[in-house]
Amino acid sequence: MEMILVFISAALVNNFVLSRSLGICPFIGVSKRMDTSLGMGLAVTVVMGLASAITHGVYNFVLVPLGLTFLHIITFVLITACLVQVVEMYLKKNSPGLYKALGIFLPLITTNCAVLGALLLNIELFAGSMLLAVIHALGAAAGFTLALVLFSGIRERLRYSPVPKILEGVPLAMLVAGLMSIAFLGFTGMITL
Amino acid sequence: MVKALRQFKKGILDENPIFSQAIALCPVLAVTTSIVNGIGLGLATLAVLLASTLVVCFIRHFIPAQVRIPCFIVVSATFTTVVSLLMEAFFPALNDALGIFIPLIVVNCLILARMEAFAAKNPPLAVAFDSLGMGLGFTLALAAIGAVRELMGFGTVFGLAVIPEAIPRNILMILPPGGFFVLAFLIVAARAVRARVGKGEA
Repeated sequence: MEMILVFISAALVNNFVLSRSLGICPFIGVSKRMDTSLGMGLAVTVVMGLASAITHGVYNFVLVPLGLTFLHIITFVLITACLVQVVEMYLKKNSPGLYKALGIFLPLITTNCAVLGALLLNIELFAGSMLLAVIHALGAAAGFTLALVLFSGIRERLRYSPVPKILEGVPLAMLVAGLMSIAFLGFTGMITL
Repeated sequence: MVKALRQFKKGILDENPIFSQAIALCPVLAVTTSIVNGIGLGLATLAVLLASTLVVCFIRHFIPAQVRIPCFIVVSATFTTVVSLLMEAFFPALNDALGIFIPLIVVNCLILARMEAFAAKNPPLAVAFDSLGMGLGFTLALAAIGAVRELMGFGTVFGLAVIPEAIPRNILMILPPGGFFVLAFLIVAARAVRARVGKGEA
């Protein structure tokens, strides 16, 4: 039961993009078409899930016993970077179709603050349980994908609408995101962890 | 020297990271619920940006081109750790308010962008001025957004009440949607000003 609550809380109530303001760059940058948004969401899900299992283990079994927790930022970033590289090589060899579909999104994930944010929050909220940490990360990734896909759907429509010239591009995207964020406020208080 | 000053000005005005380039938006939306938070994160980012671009500038000849991105990230992660420890020691309250956005400076696109686009190709003095300009531009943008949200949401400026109690506060401005809206309108305002100034010159 707790697992379901953690998942829903990360995906909807504390949606990473719309409530925590994490991962805004890919949200604005790669959300012009729905299929690319889905690709980005998929790539983030894979990396986030794997990275939170590994970093949680490394933090609790290596950094804490050695008293090196102050190195956690460097450690987490490097683990994410390596992982992205490994996932990229694996996909290239074993699933060229998916590799092609994800293409440029994979390397971008290294500097996606949603990923590092999830890893840091895992340590803060679920220091004791790796399973909950991974579920939290997967929920966060699902929420990220959901927000990205919904947003790209709106943007696909907006492309054919007449908008004032001065609003074009980022400001309009921001306004749409603000309205979506208000919609997601509706989930507030649904689950309190 | 004139060139260096122009580098400095560019980051604050023409190529302001937030209002012109629209990069590094995550911390901008998350922490700007008050001016103090905005300035705090802005200055922390400025410190990491300045230190890490200078280091990259000095060691660029030793970094093989293929692995430069990981090297850049390690450099900025080092300084982010330093800054986060300093914040924890000297500004514990601000550190708590900014939360995970202090460690997240390491993945701030602004820092990686300046390392890749500027620090790896230019002499140290120009790099220092470029980083100072970009960092200050970022800080000013954060302060501006923080000011609007704090004034409308809490009715205060720097924590001092300026709007009478009788006028209702707009809580939405403090919540995440407020960040999106204020940023959208400030970018529009910056565009409008630039269009007018550009016309005046031509």
